[in-house]
Amino acid sequence: MSDRLSVFKTYKLYVGGKFPRSESGRVYEVTDSKGSWLANAPQSSRKDARDAVVAARKAFGGWAGATAYNRGQILYRVAEMLEGRKAQFVREVADAEGLSKSKAAEQVDATIDRWVWYAGWTDKIAQVVGGGNPVAGPFFNLSSPEPTGVVAVLAPQDSSFLGLVSVVAPVIATGNTAVVVASEKSPLPALSLGEVLATSDLPGGVVNVLSGRTAEIATPLAAHQDVNAIDLAGADDVLAKELEIAAADNLKRVLRPQPVDEVDWSADPGIDRMTGFLETKTVWHPTGSLGASGSSY
Amino acid sequence: MPTNASAAAHALTDVTASDSTLRRFLHGLPGVDAVGLEGRAASLGTRSIKTTAKAYAIDLAISMVDLTTLEGADTPGKVRALGAKAVHPDPTDRTTPATAAVCVYPDMVATAKEAVAGSTVKVASVATSFPAGRAPLTVKLADVREAMAAGADEIDMVIDRGAFLAGNYMKVYDEIVAVKSACGTSARLKVIFETGELSTYDNIRRASWLGMLAGADFIKTSTGKVAVNATPANTLLMLEAVRDFRAQTGIQVGVKPAGGIRTSKDAIKFLVLVNETAGEDWLDNHWFRFGASSLLNDLLMQRQKLATGRYSGPDYVTVD
Repeated sequence: MSDRLSVFKTYKLYVGGKFPRSESGRVYEVTDSKGSWLANAPQSSRKDARDAVVAARKAFGGWAGATAYNRGQILYRVAEMLEGRKAQFVREVADAEGLSKSKAAEQVDATIDRWVWYAGWTDKIAQVVGGGNPVAGPFFNLSSPEPTGVVAVLAPQDSSFLGLVSVVAPVIATGNTAVVVASEKSPLPALSLGEVLATSDLPGGVVNVLSGRTAEIATPLAAHQDVNAIDLAGADDVLAKELEIAAADNLKRVLRPQPVDEVDWSADPGIDRMTGFLETKTVWHPTGSLGASGSSY
Repeated sequence: MPTNASAAAHALTDVTASDSTLRRFLHGLPGVDAVGLEGRAASLGTRSIKTTAKAYAIDLAISMVDLTTLEGADTPGKVRALGAKAVHPDPTDRTTPATAAVCVYPDMVATAKEAVAGSTVKVASVATSFPAGRAPLTVKLADVREAMAAGADEIDMVIDRGAFLAGNYMKVYDEIVAVKSACGTSARLKVIFETGELSTYDNIRRASWLGMLAGADFIKTSTGKVAVNATPANTLLMLEAVRDFRAQTGIQVGVKPAGGIRTSKDAIKFLVLVNETAGEDWLDNHWFRFGASSLLNDLLMQRQKLATGRYSGPDYVTVD
């Protein structure tokens, strides 16, 4: 058998449903846990962040307006696609986190299950956090949760795949669109996730994946007037403080659950990451005078 | 070379003496190298304009905007809102320059005039059965007179593309002359060619010369109502025409690309084209305009970004 030339993969960003290189043309070397070279990843600039926000804003209306049932179907489809490319993700996670093949496979299985779990929540979250409110007056009073808007997500630095999906899936499940800053040290699973999302009926722009120096990309995102919320899962304390100050300028929602260190991503996530990026809309509807029975409807 | 110029101007009056001389002149214009033209327009679009030059370009572009609303659904309220925006594009920053004009349908001129009263903002009105131009000349002239009577400072007319494409250049010429005389000296006349319907670059060059010979104060690419509107290439071609026309006759004519220019980046590319082709004399809102509506919001967002260092968003400019 003749020796084949190796076909290396060019990892690219995922923005607006397309796979661009960084506008700056820069790349940086990604190494495995032992320090040997894996691939070159794009090193995004603030202009890539800006373009990603434009794409996310453009996609927001359609995604937030899609029925929850439809969003659930699409997210489930993502899980199906992940299942089909499991071998690739096992390899990438093993390299990134220095895990054995079987440990990495466990991580990937947990990630896919996590995705399915959030897919199920899309049409159930409204019943849990919304509903009719008892009020002291002749009003029919209803609250329903609505997505916050464009959310900048700094993916966890250590858990390159399970942690990533654990912060991205809850954001988009409820109808937000996301600009995701991949783990600086191990961005390859995130960039490959972009390829999965592109083939899963997920409209372009709902999730945008950037790789590069977290601080460099996160700073303009936190100050961006058209970003509605930011998840600081991947920021260290010093950076998080700076970003919180910048985010205060247009009153962004900031999610930074405490304690920050040593989050166990394999634990049951609960619904906090979904409710963190929901706004409650309450409607008061007059019912007229209450009848003798105490109700007029 | 005043004598040369006037001699040339004299020669050009002969051109319009009859249908056949006009045709001979227009068809005698050099053909356009389409690949070269698009290549030149694209290469001028790669200039990097940053920091203070960018700030200057953004303010210049804002001052050149003809803020336009040409919808069947236009209401007096919408026109008043547009007028207020033209006068103070960014209410949070009064250093923002006013736009050049608001551009409306003739029946909205009076409302627009009231809305911009006391400012430098002019009122432009489309006329002559915009956008198709398919009406008898008497109707077109009545349209122009109504707009003038309501106080329009500028008239944007459309040419009869059907006649132009049929080779009936004299008819197009006579119409422009008639509209120009209806405008008199009180209104400037912009002549819209609808370049997207003229099929070839050669036709755009011919139309440009035809319009200028007939006395246009401005030549304008398009109505914004067809698929292809202003492009860098067709605007570059028209800029070459006004440059050459001034060199021959001494008369300066303005250029207005309209439709499809939505971002600051695009607007700055057009300004580079102006500077590199026609020259600095045209870098003024008396000689160059952008027919646009959504462009202004993007210019304002870029202006805010330069002022604060933070990317702005559509929540911080008006919805219109």
